[in-house]
Amino acid sequence: MVILDGVEKRFGVRLVVSAITLTVPARASIALLGPSGCGKSTLLRLILGLLVPDRGRVSVAGTLVTPDTATRVRRQIGYVIQDGGLFPHLTARENVTLLARHLRWEKPRLEARAAELAGLVRLDAAALGRYPAELSGGERQRVGIMRALMLDPPVLLLDEPMGALDPMVRARLQRDLKRIFAELEKTVILVTHSLDEAAYLGDEVVLMRDGHIVQRGTMRDLERSDDAFTREFVDAQRGTQPSTQPAAQREPSGGASAGPDA
Amino acid sequence: MRLAVLAALVALAAMLAGLARVGSARADERPRDRPGLRIGSKRFTESYILADIAVSVALAAGEADVSHEEGLGGTAIVFRALEEGSIDAYPEYTGTLAEAILHAPASSDLPTLRQALAPRGIEISDPLGFDNTYALAVSGALAAQRHFTNLSDLAGARDLRLGLSPEFLGRSDGFPALAARYGLSTASVQAMDHGLAYEAIARGSIDVADAYSTDAKIARYGLTLLADDRHFFPSYQAVYLYRSDAARRAPKAIAAIRALAGTMDRASIAALNAEVEIDGRTFTSVADEFIRVRTGGAGGQGSGSDASDASEASEASEASEKRPALGPGILTTIRTEGPRHLTLVGVSSFFATLVGVPLGIFAQRSRRIGRVVVGATSVLQTIPALALLCFFIPLLGTGTKPALLALFVYGLLPIVRNTVAGLDGIAPALRESALALGLGPWTRLVRIELPLASRTILAGIRTSTVIAVGGATLAAFIGAGGFGAPITTGLNLDDTNLILEGAIPAALLAVLVEGVFTLFDRTLIPKGLRLPPAAS
Repeated sequence: MVILDGVEKRFGVRLVVSAITLTVPARASIALLGPSGCGKSTLLRLILGLLVPDRGRVSVAGTLVTPDTATRVRRQIGYVIQDGGLFPHLTARENVTLLARHLRWEKPRLEARAAELAGLVRLDAAALGRYPAELSGGERQRVGIMRALMLDPPVLLLDEPMGALDPMVRARLQRDLKRIFAELEKTVILVTHSLDEAAYLGDEVVLMRDGHIVQRGTMRDLERSDDAFTREFVDAQRGTQPSTQPAAQREPSGGASAGPDA
Repeated sequence: MRLAVLAALVALAAMLAGLARVGSARADERPRDRPGLRIGSKRFTESYILADIAVSVALAAGEADVSHEEGLGGTAIVFRALEEGSIDAYPEYTGTLAEAILHAPASSDLPTLRQALAPRGIEISDPLGFDNTYALAVSGALAAQRHFTNLSDLAGARDLRLGLSPEFLGRSDGFPALAARYGLSTASVQAMDHGLAYEAIARGSIDVADAYSTDAKIARYGLTLLADDRHFFPSYQAVYLYRSDAARRAPKAIAAIRALAGTMDRASIAALNAEVEIDGRTFTSVADEFIRVRTGGAGGQGSGSDASDASEASEASEASEKRPALGPGILTTIRTEGPRHLTLVGVSSFFATLVGVPLGIFAQRSRRIGRVVVGATSVLQTIPALALLCFFIPLLGTGTKPALLALFVYGLLPIVRNTVAGLDGIAPALRESALALGLGPWTRLVRIELPLASRTILAGIRTSTVIAVGGATLAAFIGAGGFGAPITTGLNLDDTNLILEGAIPAALLAVLVEGVFTLFDRTLIPKGLRLPPAAS
């Protein structure tokens, strides 16, 4: 469904993504894991066509991502960022239905879809009439997820979606996301720097460092790895939090700062 | 992106077309297409009075539609207005014509001047009977103490402080040549408005000022005029200039104006000047009285055929003899000049917005073009408003058109700069969200970026409009009217009340504009942006 083939991206002289080849099959969910600056968010931007690779090719659902196809490709993808990325001048409902209205959906269809999604993400219907500034952090994130799912795209990209949330809210949202992924059978790429979150939400985990993929596999594969960086990364997160339960009690950034780049 | 640029260009073209329409509507007022007679004047008392006298005799001669375009500006501007036909006649002085217009001071005799102006379609009346030449004045006390009676007495006096009008300083037959002829010290010379220079002498902050020989204030301030003992100054005989086509169109009126030749003398004109400047009478009433005295008739405007009209006009002129007090004066100004001022501000700000916002969008999209656009508008902004106004006179003449264009150009920068800043200020995450959603460039601009930048853009439009309210007061200097009209007249008459009659409405309008924009903020900035930031 999502294929990166020898993709390379430089910012100036700095190589941010270095010859990455990665295939994510349909309905699989993988977690991109790694310390800050390892290139995982850049990878999402390359998939969305927000950045153009210097080398290599990206394709989504069989379409090669180029500046000409980017808009079409983006409508196949739901993109969720930290704090939802909601437009502050639009109400929650207007944020969710923005693209569908642009595509001239009929009003009953808009209303029905919004109600359905509110149920799916367990958002109070009254919250839909409020502006982002009037919503809590968790509500904003749920609205962000609704907006990403509005057109029912086959692919979901999530960039640190829980980054700005407090631990209890984060735990609840993590449980809801796992349920949503299972119900909707989307192809999911989730960027995180929390090992626990990666293990909980991803079928597979891809560990990145300095623009390279260090290791790809299940959580168990990672734990058994004899690669020095993988073991250091895993041990560092285990050291502060030995549990693999989703309700992590620390900030994800706390875990990442124990990584080698810190 | 390409769509946005295209849209901006289309919008720009539409605006320019609109602007051109406004321009052509103004052009319809050109003299060739309208009946009636327009008399112009320069911005000093005597010119106003002589113009009003001309208006009065033209009306009396049976011309129905005669107007006085008051205080259009200095020599260059008023002569230009006559040449292009914005006005039909105005009072002038032979020496000024020779020097400032023909750049030939030697040719100040009337036949030479007439020969030079005839090809331009302009004719000169016979001399009115008095000479208003330049002179230098000192305080009576200083003259007595230092025994100053002639200009040559000033030679070599290095301690004297001179306050001279900019026109006198700048003209080649003005101060530089005078200083050379008389050996005057140029060590301490400052440029100063006429009205202020006399007061400065009275306060003792300067010693010498330039003066007109018929100036009312020479007596009021107890000044002594120094004799031009080496005959430096050319003859400045008062005359009327008029267009040849006006003489054909309104022969009786022009004949009546020409008949004023030889009817005036220096003392009576100085007295008329004093009645306006010192006694606070209106130009019209002084002009009417002059004609009443001259004709020995019952009413100034009644020397024509209809006697009942004459007595009415006379009563009206008695009633409006004195200039009104400040309070009613302000109301009168708001009523008479308000619509004109609002038009200047409204039209120029409207078009500055229509052009400035798309220009800002365009500048923000393309960095290279952006630098050029913002740079160019910044340069325009550094030009003093008055200079910018005068800059358009050679292209568009005097009056409303160049004023509108200057105010429009002047208003662009705050709008362009704030549009760029507003769009630049959008959080990258939001910009990226809009892209990642798969919205097209036009939708992103209209639905996301402009609403998010609306607060900053509106602030730019507000700044621009408030600047225009102030700038429009300067438009009166080039004859566009507005609240600046009483201000310029007041400056020339040294009449604080008259200045306030223009300044107070202008200040009120600026406050009003602020209020209106506060309402705009409430309606045009989306509600979601006006909420306090959220706690997460």
